[in-house]
Amino acid sequence: MVRVEGLIKRYGPVQALRGVSFTVDRGEVVGLLGPNGAGKTTTMRILTGYLPATAGRTLVDSVDVAADPLAVKRMVGYLPEFAPLYAEMLVHDYLHYAGSVRGMRKADRQRRIGELVPLCGLTEVIHRPFRELSRGYKQRVGLAHAMIGDPDLLVLDEPTAGLDPNQIAEIRSIIRAAGERKAIIFSTHILSEAENTCDRIVIIDRGTVVADGTAAELTGGRSLEERFRELTTAEGEPQAGDPADGSPAREGKGTRRRARRKLRS
Amino acid sequence: MSRAALSIIGRELRAAFLAPIGYIVAIVFLVMTGWLFMQPFFLGGRADLRQFFELLPLTLALMVPAVTMRAFAEEFSTGSYEVLATLPVTHLDVLIGKFTGAVGFVVLVLAPTVLYPVVISRLGDLDWGPVIAGYIGAVLLIALYCSVGILASALTRNQIVAFVIGLAISVSLALIDDLLIYVPGRITQVVQHLGADYHFRNIARGVLDSRDLVYFLSGIAVFLTGTGFALRRRP
Repeated sequence: MVRVEGLIKRYGPVQALRGVSFTVDRGEVVGLLGPNGAGKTTTMRILTGYLPATAGRTLVDSVDVAADPLAVKRMVGYLPEFAPLYAEMLVHDYLHYAGSVRGMRKADRQRRIGELVPLCGLTEVIHRPFRELSRGYKQRVGLAHAMIGDPDLLVLDEPTAGLDPNQIAEIRSIIRAAGERKAIIFSTHILSEAENTCDRIVIIDRGTVVADGTAAELTGGRSLEERFRELTTAEGEPQAGDPADGSPAREGKGTRRRARRKLRS
Repeated sequence: MSRAALSIIGRELRAAFLAPIGYIVAIVFLVMTGWLFMQPFFLGGRADLRQFFELLPLTLALMVPAVTMRAFAEEFSTGSYEVLATLPVTHLDVLIGKFTGAVGFVVLVLAPTVLYPVVISRLGDLDWGPVIAGYIGAVLLIALYCSVGILASALTRNQIVAFVIGLAISVSLALIDDLLIYVPGRITQVVQHLGADYHFRNIARGVLDSRDLVYFLSGIAVFLTGTGFALRRRP
């Protein structure tokens, strides 16, 4: 379903991706793991056609994103980090809008929204504006937005960041249910979540894939956290603190954002 | 027009009416033009709308950038542009959606002023020809300023910067006529033809000349093409 080959991305002098390759099959939930600033978001943005890659190929269902972004976008449901949907719109109106932009007829949209509202637990907030929702509800509306067109591939950037354990469990069950028929890629730096939700885990660090396999394969009997620490703090680079809470790595992402902003301005 | 573009137009119009800035701008515009038009109206004692249409190049140049400033800048700053850009839509769909939505909103704001000719036609013998021509010119003027404002909005993530850039270009287009006395004789003609005010006055006189139409349509095309480039240059 998804084939990523030797993806390289440079933001001016900053090299965000240095040759990322992995595949995802239909019916597979793949967790993209890595410290903040490792290149997870960049990989997803290239995969969804938002950013062009500097080099490398991304195929979704054998269609090259660079060659036919529109065809790929039709097949992909994407939830960016923090679910930045239109704040003033009512949830119901927003889902209708997202469906109609995807070319769905009114009857199809109504039927699909009827399915998604109970699935994503949106019954209580369906007639409220997006900006008034709690973090957990915003993420769930974002999930419904990604799933509205019933796409074959879901790309979810940190769908559980900042949620409480109950909300995380709900999102996880939605992802697992959807993952039976679709290919799903989601990024996280919560290790237990990846272990519990994913069929396979791809660990990215400083722009390269450092591990790819099932949780059992990766850990070899040890804890995933131990393995993660080992892989992502390798090469003797000083990285004090826990990568899962991201204290030193987050700085890396900030620097990159600043560099990017500088490039834009 | 594609279904995606239509959906975006619908959303843009709804967003304009949901945001307080839309109403503020509409009220300020209607009160300002109403006041400036009606105050000397009865002194003139003529049943026409010339005074009203003469106000439009400048008042619209002040108002339109306030409507268009959020078009892209807001999406860039909140991150919702990433959602829009990863939906199956082309840059052209987005451009048509944003542009038509903005033009539609400003035309709706201008619509209540149709009451002026209706009332005036009861007071005296109103010639409807120039009135209709004036409104056609006003729509062209609105479309031109909207294309300017949307380009400005696509250049920055800051709405205030977008407003100021849009204002500077629109007001320049409206006032360039007044600079003619400072311009060397040989190029006055060229400079005059750049002014939106000049072409709008031609149309509002009731003469629908192809040169004036070409001015507006090519101006709109230039600014929208620029917007297309600005969008492509973004991530």
